[in-house]
Amino acid sequence: MLTGERRQGLALISPTLLYSLLMLAAPLIMVLTFSFWTQNYLELDTTLTLDNYREAWSKPIYSTLIFRSLKISLIVTLVTVVLAFPIAYYLSFHVKQRKALWLFLITVPFWTSYLLRVFLWKVILGYNGVLNTALKGLGIIEEPLTFLLYNANAVVLTLAHAWAPFAILPIFVALEKIDRSLLEAAEDLGDGPVRRFFRITLPLAMPGVVASTLIVLIPTVGDFITPKLVGGTDGLMIANMIQIQFGKANNAPLGAALALSSMLIVASISAVIFLLGKRFGGKVQ
Amino acid sequence: MKSALKAFPSKWLAVYAVAYMVFLYAPVILLPMFAFNDATVISFPLTGFTAKWFGVLWQTEALHGAVRNSLVVGLSSAVLSTVLGACAARAAARYRFPLKRGIMSFILLPLVLPEIIVAVALLVLLMQLGMPLSLVTVVLGHVLICTPFAIAILSSAFQGLDQSLEEASFDLGETRWGTFRRVILPLVMPGVVSSLLITFTISLDEFIIAFFLTGTEVTLPVYIWSQLRFPGKLPSVMALGTILLVLSVLLLILAEWFRRRSARKQGIEASATGGFA
Amino acid sequence: MTTPLPKPIIDLTGITKSFGTFQALKGINATINEGEFFSLLGPSGCGKTTLLRMIAGFESPTDGTIVIAGQDMAGVPANRRPTNMVFQSYAIFPHLSVADNVGYGLKTRKLPKAEIAREVDQALQMVDLGGLGSRAAHELSGGQRQRVALARALVMKPKVVLLDEPLSALDKKLRDQMQVELRQLQQRLGITFILVTHDQEEALTMSDRIAVMFDGRIAQLATPEELYRRPVDRRVASFIGVMNFLDARATGRMNGHLALDIPALGSIELPSAQVPEGLELRNLETIGIRPEMLTILFEGSEQTEHVARGEVTGTAYYGDMTYYSVRLPGHSEDVTISMRNTAGRSIVPPGSEVPVGWGADSIVLFQ
Repeated sequence: MLTGERRQGLALISPTLLYSLLMLAAPLIMVLTFSFWTQNYLELDTTLTLDNYREAWSKPIYSTLIFRSLKISLIVTLVTVVLAFPIAYYLSFHVKQRKALWLFLITVPFWTSYLLRVFLWKVILGYNGVLNTALKGLGIIEEPLTFLLYNANAVVLTLAHAWAPFAILPIFVALEKIDRSLLEAAEDLGDGPVRRFFRITLPLAMPGVVASTLIVLIPTVGDFITPKLVGGTDGLMIANMIQIQFGKANNAPLGAALALSSMLIVASISAVIFLLGKRFGGKVQ
Repeated sequence: MKSALKAFPSKWLAVYAVAYMVFLYAPVILLPMFAFNDATVISFPLTGFTAKWFGVLWQTEALHGAVRNSLVVGLSSAVLSTVLGACAARAAARYRFPLKRGIMSFILLPLVLPEIIVAVALLVLLMQLGMPLSLVTVVLGHVLICTPFAIAILSSAFQGLDQSLEEASFDLGETRWGTFRRVILPLVMPGVVSSLLITFTISLDEFIIAFFLTGTEVTLPVYIWSQLRFPGKLPSVMALGTILLVLSVLLLILAEWFRRRSARKQGIEASATGGFA
Repeated sequence: MTTPLPKPIIDLTGITKSFGTFQALKGINATINEGEFFSLLGPSGCGKTTLLRMIAGFESPTDGTIVIAGQDMAGVPANRRPTNMVFQSYAIFPHLSVADNVGYGLKTRKLPKAEIAREVDQALQMVDLGGLGSRAAHELSGGQRQRVALARALVMKPKVVLLDEPLSALDKKLRDQMQVELRQLQQRLGITFILVTHDQEEALTMSDRIAVMFDGRIAQLATPEELYRRPVDRRVASFIGVMNFLDARATGRMNGHLALDIPALGSIELPSAQVPEGLELRNLETIGIRPEMLTILFEGSEQTEHVARGEVTGTAYYGDMTYYSVRLPGHSEDVTISMRNTAGRSIVPPGSEVPVGWGADSIVLFQ
């Protein structure tokens, strides 16, 4: 019966697994192979070489872009998670009846076209944008502010907006799981509200915080719409370069090497965050 | 839960929450504002009410093609990813098999992979296989990223299914197929519908993969991207965005309604976070 | 009273079951008779549920044969067996009404609608749920769900009804009531019921015969009375009711009597009718005495065969009964003695010296 169960389980999952193998594993392996090849315009040279990696790691433009992408992503992640935590906390501990409605309202903006959302930030932050018009109308400023758009700040703001629901949900779930009697126990043992928060609530919410950190960090490194629309030249990120290599520059092998290099760095940063979170959260699963 | 359990004053948190919601909705609110604004430039102050930008949409042939393409891609992706998601969710909920955790994490990997990696990887493979880019290749990519969402939604439906229900049906003389038709399917149907709606919505809005993998026929987001360069087209893009927003919200409400119905049918309390928990 | 010879309905021969290296069942042999209320009793993990699920067809034995109504069940799936099950969780289909739940199996048999409706009505009447057919499954209470599950099995007119801990989810009062109802229903219908339970009281009150299982084996298969009065070993004895164990030694056989020396109580001669067959006298080290077979002698109490002395160390008051812990000389553990609280009899306080009455018929010997 056990062997039968194993066989049935594997049989049932095999279509999905097969699809993932064909459409995810095979392409990723292909990218890996590609990154060791070279391309001259249309000619693909399949001799294995580390040239692409050498170029990706040594040329200042690439390392600058990778570095900047990481910096922006880390700032975005920090801002997003820090902004999200109080909301998740508010939903979990203060909202009594309409939790589902709140969650729904939080996710609605996320379901509008991503492109348009980014574009609308451009409208808000632009020279004649909503913000400048409003500030001028209120008499706070005389000339439109120019530091709002086309720089890294704009990228951070836009991405923090785009990933908000992804940061809120995991933290909310972790907070919801906390047995409320633990908080009463902490209070009963003499903790004040603040101490209790740092000794009980935060450590127990840590798995959620780590999850939202990773969920925001990893994809933002690979974003290229936001930098392109609101980032200006200072806000360009590595994904834009990857796109260029696969597009106009027609150097897919270099693009593959860039993509894999940045993935490698992100993966190691994620691992560090994961371990740190585990340490702080103690033995919480 | 008494107020004693709250570390921070409720009032300030409430103020913060409202401010946060303003931040979340700031761009979204602008969408209909400019869609109905009687001006070709997207800026304040608003000049007057008009519905003509919606009329412009009606006359744009290229847009109609893009809508058709997106519908085809969305429907195909929704059906395929829901079927694949159902297989995986059922296998995970019902059976123990070797490497289960590894297999499941691998299938769910696209959730945490930057879309550009998925797109680039598929592009490289298709290039090597010599497969021409078309709507089919877009569907292939979309199914990959939609399946994890389908699994998340369907998992709760399949996990809520008590195994003794199947045994009871079998015990009462029903066959495997009959059990599937009379017990399993009716109980997971709301989850399936909800999965179809969500994955359709995701596919409809997906840009990066579509941008890399599309051929001459473009999907709606790719079309919008091409229009963003022309300031004259922007008001009608706003109108289009408004329609998409209303559509997405309606689909979401529908999906949520189905999910709750599913939970209620099985007598379980629907958790507020649904499949994301 | 003449009882007709019991007709076997289920024959279990040499059944074993292994899950990997774990042996859940280690050779089960038993015959269950037609119209019998049969219980599989044992602690969790003893294999009783596995055995029941095997009879139902949800598991197949690693070795051995199951014969139901003269037919070997090897290869016969659950949906083609003449058995129906009442699940521990009741497994009420949540999307169907009560009537559709009960009629589920009849619909599979493709009976005409009117006939299904009639049978369902009858079955619901039988379990006192008449008129509740249109209720939704989630509107039912625990007890009602249990009745629906029972009706759903009975309406199939199975040869055997299998019940997997059907009362464990109910509260004590409802459980006691359902025990009586289930037993009466089974006697009225004359269908074989096989009950899996870990509750010895439940098994004793409901069953015609009980198989006590430990570690994948049947330790004893007997009527409730026999199980209680003549448990085969210490494990069965302590699983069913309360048993005091005392050191003992056989000193010899004479005139059809067995001479025993029980240090804590004294010497005694047992009539050989009380000695189990095949008992090796050399191996005899322990005897058992039930709490109610020992008495604390009050003034004016009936005289007993033998009297020992003991000291009360503690009491537990149960309303109708009082349980005394009593220390006997030369015995390290206190023995338990239960006394009925009759009118005018006060409870003896701890520390009192009391005479303890006992007799030959109090003593249980193990194989």
